[in-house]
Amino acid sequence: MRRKRQKFTIPSKYLLLIMTCVCVLLMTVTFFTDLIVAPFGRIAGVVIVPFQSGVSRIGGWLTDRSEELQTIRDLMAENESLRAQVDALTIENNSLQQDKYELNHLRELYKLDQEYEEFHKIGARVVSSDSGNWFHSFVIDKGSLDGIAPDMNVMAGSGLVGRVTEVGDDWAKVMAIIDDDSNVSAMVLSTEDACMVQGNLETMNNSGVITFSKLINGEKPVQEGDKVVTSYISTKYLPGILIGYVTHVSADANNLTSSGYITPAVDFAHLEEVLVITDLKKDYSGVLDE
Amino acid sequence: MKRNFFMAFMVIFCFVLQSTLFQTLSFGGIAPNLLIIITAIFGFMCGKKCGLWVGFFAGLLYDIFFGSVLCYHAMILMYIGYMNGYFKQIFYKDDVKLPILMIFASDMVYNLIYYILMFLLRGRFHFGFYFMHIIIPENVYTILVTILIYPLIRDMIYRLEDAGQRGDDSFA
Repeated sequence: MRRKRQKFTIPSKYLLLIMTCVCVLLMTVTFFTDLIVAPFGRIAGVVIVPFQSGVSRIGGWLTDRSEELQTIRDLMAENESLRAQVDALTIENNSLQQDKYELNHLRELYKLDQEYEEFHKIGARVVSSDSGNWFHSFVIDKGSLDGIAPDMNVMAGSGLVGRVTEVGDDWAKVMAIIDDDSNVSAMVLSTEDACMVQGNLETMNNSGVITFSKLINGEKPVQEGDKVVTSYISTKYLPGILIGYVTHVSADANNLTSSGYITPAVDFAHLEEVLVITDLKKDYSGVLDE
Repeated sequence: MKRNFFMAFMVIFCFVLQSTLFQTLSFGGIAPNLLIIITAIFGFMCGKKCGLWVGFFAGLLYDIFFGSVLCYHAMILMYIGYMNGYFKQIFYKDDVKLPILMIFASDMVYNLIYYILMFLLRGRFHFGFYFMHIIIPENVYTILVTILIYPLIRDMIYRLEDAGQRGDDSFA
């Protein structure tokens, strides 16, 4: 009985050939369409993601405990300095409150809305990150059932993390802006000049910065430390989200544009919880029209 | 049959560990490559077909979660598993040099292919940097992890084969 079944086995070179064909076929299909990614993703979501969230919760708990022990002393020193800072900030806050009151008053006069401050957000936990060392993407524990769709923007704290590229039922894949493959249309806040922010493995590894390029040299020069935010002309990213700060600018050889480095506002090494903005850019322009 | 279950379990187990725990254990952003380790081990211990299937499914899982195109890593890992299968003839249980050498070579080949296809073709020519900062650290770290976990996996495979039939390449 067993012997008979063994006779049916395919020689391994033919198996290799067949599987290679299958791979090439699947590659071409997924490259041109999105047809078969969804069922695969659904199966994987059911089988793998629960384990991942479990293990990463345990891992997170363990690192939390060890970090707690290490940082208590640091925190005490930091507490001192922060208290001093709180006093200074309280004074500053008071004057700002007055300014804000005045600003609200003026806004009312101009009938301006505060549209882009009111994105709808939902929180999500990072359950796993890209297991290779070449790219930076990660998986979060909310998916299409929670209302997440591809191209939604992801933030952590005040800064832009990336955007959702793939969605399963209860998981979604996020490509970070520091990913070597990522491009973000951005602008420098102080001069309102547009540029492209590109993730770069090399600079990120060396000094924790990402590159920007095609910054058109305007009348005012861009300074180091200027804020860089997502631009109005991006098709995927909502406007006005902080990307990071300019750390180095140099003029290109053509003398028309500049390029340089940006320090991201988000600490990508310790990303645990993120906020997904459920407003999409393409719907967002519709909101503006209303 | 038992071995197939064991293979499926190991692939899922290693992928989950790789994408969660090992990312927090990474030094300077570099994590060891567990998927390469199991693909190579199953390759030179159980033969070409085993290596092929383990590589394929490990790569497929990676593609589903992190890849941009399906079956891309699956194909690279599949070939690595298959190539490792050729060394089954000269593998014997107490030799540690061959596994370490094979896993080192597999990781190197995997990363070189990856660099050429994903970075060189996009105009990132600074090979020296990527070699020194990604490939070599990952290799070293992977070898260290191999030394720790290889005896465990080897013993598990042997126990499984002793319990069941000793049929070689009975898969598929």
